[in-house]
Amino acid sequence: MAFAYTPGLRVAANTVVFKERRLPLAGKTLVEAGDPVIAETIVAKTELPGNVKMLNIANVMGLPPGDIPELLFVKEGEEIDENQPLGETKGFFGLFKNTVRSPIHGVFESYNKITGQAVLREPPIPVEIDAYLKGTVTEILENEGVIVESNATYVQGIFGIGGETRGELKVITDGPDEELAEELIDESCRGKVLLGGSFVSYKTLNKAIKTGVKAVIVGGFDDKDLKEFLGYDLGVAITGHEKKGITLILTEGFGRMTMAHGTFNLLRTREGMLASVNGATQIRAGVMRPEVVIPLEKAEIEKDSEKQAGAMDIGSPIRCIRAPYFGKLGTVEALPAELQVLDSEAKVRVLDVKFENGEIATVPRANVELIEE
Amino acid sequence: MATDCGSTTTKVILIEKKDGEYRLIRRGEAPTTGEAPAEDVTKGVLNAVGEIEDLEGRKFLKEGEDGVQVSPDSTDGVDIYMSTSSAGGGLQMTVAGVVKSMTGESAQRAALGAGAIVMDIVASNDGRLPHEKVADIRRLRPDMILLSGGIDGGTIDHVVELAEIVKAADPKPRFGVGYKLPVIFAGNKDARGAVSDELGEQVELKIVDNLRPVLERENLTPARDIIHELFMEHVMAQAPGYPRLMSWAGHYVDGSWKQVPIMPTPGAVGKLIEIVAKNEDIEVMGVDIGGATTDVFSVFKSGEETVFNRTVSANLGMSYSVSNVLASAGFDNVMRWVPFHMDEADLRNRIRNKMIRPTTIPQLLKELIVEQAIAREALRLALVQHKDLATGLKGVAQERTIGDAFDQTQTGATLVNMMTLSLLIGSGGVLSHAPRRSQAALMVIDAFLPEGVTMLAVDSIFMMPQLGVLSEVLPEAATEVFDKDCLIRLGTCVAPAGENKKVDVLAEVSITKQDGSTMSINIEKGKMHVEPMGVGEKVTALIKPAKNLDVGNGPGIEWQGDLEGGVVGIVFDGRGRRPFILPEDDSRRIEKLQEWSKALDIYPEGFINLEGGE
Repeated sequence: MAFAYTPGLRVAANTVVFKERRLPLAGKTLVEAGDPVIAETIVAKTELPGNVKMLNIANVMGLPPGDIPELLFVKEGEEIDENQPLGETKGFFGLFKNTVRSPIHGVFESYNKITGQAVLREPPIPVEIDAYLKGTVTEILENEGVIVESNATYVQGIFGIGGETRGELKVITDGPDEELAEELIDESCRGKVLLGGSFVSYKTLNKAIKTGVKAVIVGGFDDKDLKEFLGYDLGVAITGHEKKGITLILTEGFGRMTMAHGTFNLLRTREGMLASVNGATQIRAGVMRPEVVIPLEKAEIEKDSEKQAGAMDIGSPIRCIRAPYFGKLGTVEALPAELQVLDSEAKVRVLDVKFENGEIATVPRANVELIEE
Repeated sequence: MATDCGSTTTKVILIEKKDGEYRLIRRGEAPTTGEAPAEDVTKGVLNAVGEIEDLEGRKFLKEGEDGVQVSPDSTDGVDIYMSTSSAGGGLQMTVAGVVKSMTGESAQRAALGAGAIVMDIVASNDGRLPHEKVADIRRLRPDMILLSGGIDGGTIDHVVELAEIVKAADPKPRFGVGYKLPVIFAGNKDARGAVSDELGEQVELKIVDNLRPVLERENLTPARDIIHELFMEHVMAQAPGYPRLMSWAGHYVDGSWKQVPIMPTPGAVGKLIEIVAKNEDIEVMGVDIGGATTDVFSVFKSGEETVFNRTVSANLGMSYSVSNVLASAGFDNVMRWVPFHMDEADLRNRIRNKMIRPTTIPQLLKELIVEQAIAREALRLALVQHKDLATGLKGVAQERTIGDAFDQTQTGATLVNMMTLSLLIGSGGVLSHAPRRSQAALMVIDAFLPEGVTMLAVDSIFMMPQLGVLSEVLPEAATEVFDKDCLIRLGTCVAPAGENKKVDVLAEVSITKQDGSTMSINIEKGKMHVEPMGVGEKVTALIKPAKNLDVGNGPGIEWQGDLEGGVVGIVFDGRGRRPFILPEDDSRRIEKLQEWSKALDIYPEGFINLEGGE
């Protein structure tokens, strides 16, 4: 076996990015195939059914549920206003009438003669989705959304917090091994996407939020800071919905970790350009990783070949992703076919890696990832 | 031939009848291809079967790779092909009942037993306001809803109210735009008309017998059967590639083609465990600890009946959910199993890094020990959840005599009894692939704390799902292969339970071997001992527990019977049950952990010298 397959994170200087922009429910698309869009362009909209209010009219009137329909002033499907009388008891010789009023503005959806319950629905909630990226609409998904295509620089992170946002990319540390320290953040960072180095602390992140930074891209973050930042211990890695006022993207993992040089250097060349970022991460079947997408202007586009994920061969650049060599970079030195016994006595497929300092070590193939350049 | 399409790997097994017995011949696997870019689960099946073709040097696929060749008369192909599936996250359901702890729980048991993940239990008394229930149903987007409630002749209003909530939510299925969501009504038969009026047009409504016709009895089978049927017809049929896979699975009966339905993976495992318990007339528990979830299956006796239960701990697992194990169990509970000191911040970062890169494996012994500590806690928590659900029926009037006056058992007590349990089967990567089998044995013992006399086993390559679906067609083949090729018997664990502070010897064991020789062993307080005894070897034993201690026949009462060996041997565990307490003092605890590890020979020599550093 001369090569192996291993998952790697995509880091591409110039690639074609397709983004599906889909509504949560069927709706209307507002653009046509071929239309140029910017990140803010609204491409589709719909209305989510309004929230439901249940009102037990029979209880309020103090009558059997079956007696209610003839006392109602409104029909099913009729629009209602807040405080509008929905029905009234006959009272005693026309006196002591008991009136039921609507608690909401919306629609009187239905009344159930068995339970005495009326379903009232608030007005629909409008939902719009934007293009997220500067690019071109290449496909219309009938009633559901569109696909936007863009020539862009594309970097996948390993873990993120917070949803979609965008801003101008600003490089804030001198190198990939420098911590994004609190004092580096100032008023010039407002509205920007910051590229840091190896680490960001909870304290620094808070300052970034206060300063109005849109997103932070760094190598690592501490798990205990994550707990403090979120206010709870994240159990399952499904993120993206947090409303923390900032999007955080980790490129390497938890702890203090030098950002891969390739990633840092590539992003550095894109300083000043508009970056669309998304921290949404789902680590389960159908993995979803956070991303940084920087659409390129026509002039900058010179197609370079992107190495496809997957094929690992002698000489392939790799990164170790588990102790004892976590974070170390090197190249594949050998890919022995036979299984080998590790310190832990597990018998697995391994490879020999030659680190940057010339040292050679044997590691399980499952514990490395390809670096795509 | 049978495949199991898991969420990450598709596993195939080939079984043949040779010299009158069914045996496992080959096993192959390939990545599951249910998602982009392939988006067709059959590709993974073809790859996995292709691996078996290469290994066996025979043809199993049809010309043009259009399915598995089922041809009983030819040397190529197989006689039967079948499959299970948990791809796409398995079957996700919301259940509803009137009272949460009564019909709500019965509905939950029905859904879990059918192999579903229960995302939510909606009940009239669950504390949420109606609009909150509506919002939750809508947000969770279940594949199917099971609506129950009311015993026959009981409440109608509350049941209709639940139907109203489902109607108002108007949930849309995850897969396939434009088909109606399947909703099963298995509640009060008098409410059927009203429920149909409410929901009939909006959803794909199926009505089956009440799953709780009277308070004293559950009738879960009709609901489970319809869940399987709808899973095939609706959920699977919408998933990429499944219609094709469904058409492949089947065999010829008297010359005509008969389809074999695709079962949800956990449903198939449950079937098999039920059969094993029935055939041997024993109580059985099985646990499958995966990357994301942990399933526990059990068959226990309740009076004259045997009751099957399954629970899924959706967020307890060794990779995707590993951080959640730490969050749920707490740092101290994980660390109590680790025989060296570690910094909390360091451990937390390590566990998070495993979560974000779930496919990595421990290279260092120290990391293996930490992973196995986490596994113990995941298993322990999964058992706690299982005990909570595997209960007798709640809300049942009990007849008590004066003799019961001091026996304050409540209705709804757990059926799980570790003392009467005969066979405990573990499976899933961390158990099946542990570098030493003794590690799997100790993990299971520490986590489940079996009492009395219990046989421990692991499913070597997790073929229980395939055998479960096989048991639908050829039960004798399924049990034969299960016994001979699937189960690896680790050995019997003997653990006295109960408290007696005065004695140092919890039980005396007199053993008579098959050759007539005898020996005696004392189970000493706080110690573990392993007597080597191979697979299939049996000895006769007389166990005399000390006063107040129980090994199966009651406190202080002798137990006589056979003890069977295994790849580990017979484990005599004197660490105590009810209570089982680890020393609080850190250095004493570490000393004891090291002592037990040595007794079972679970780690290589060097582990005692492991310190905080690498």
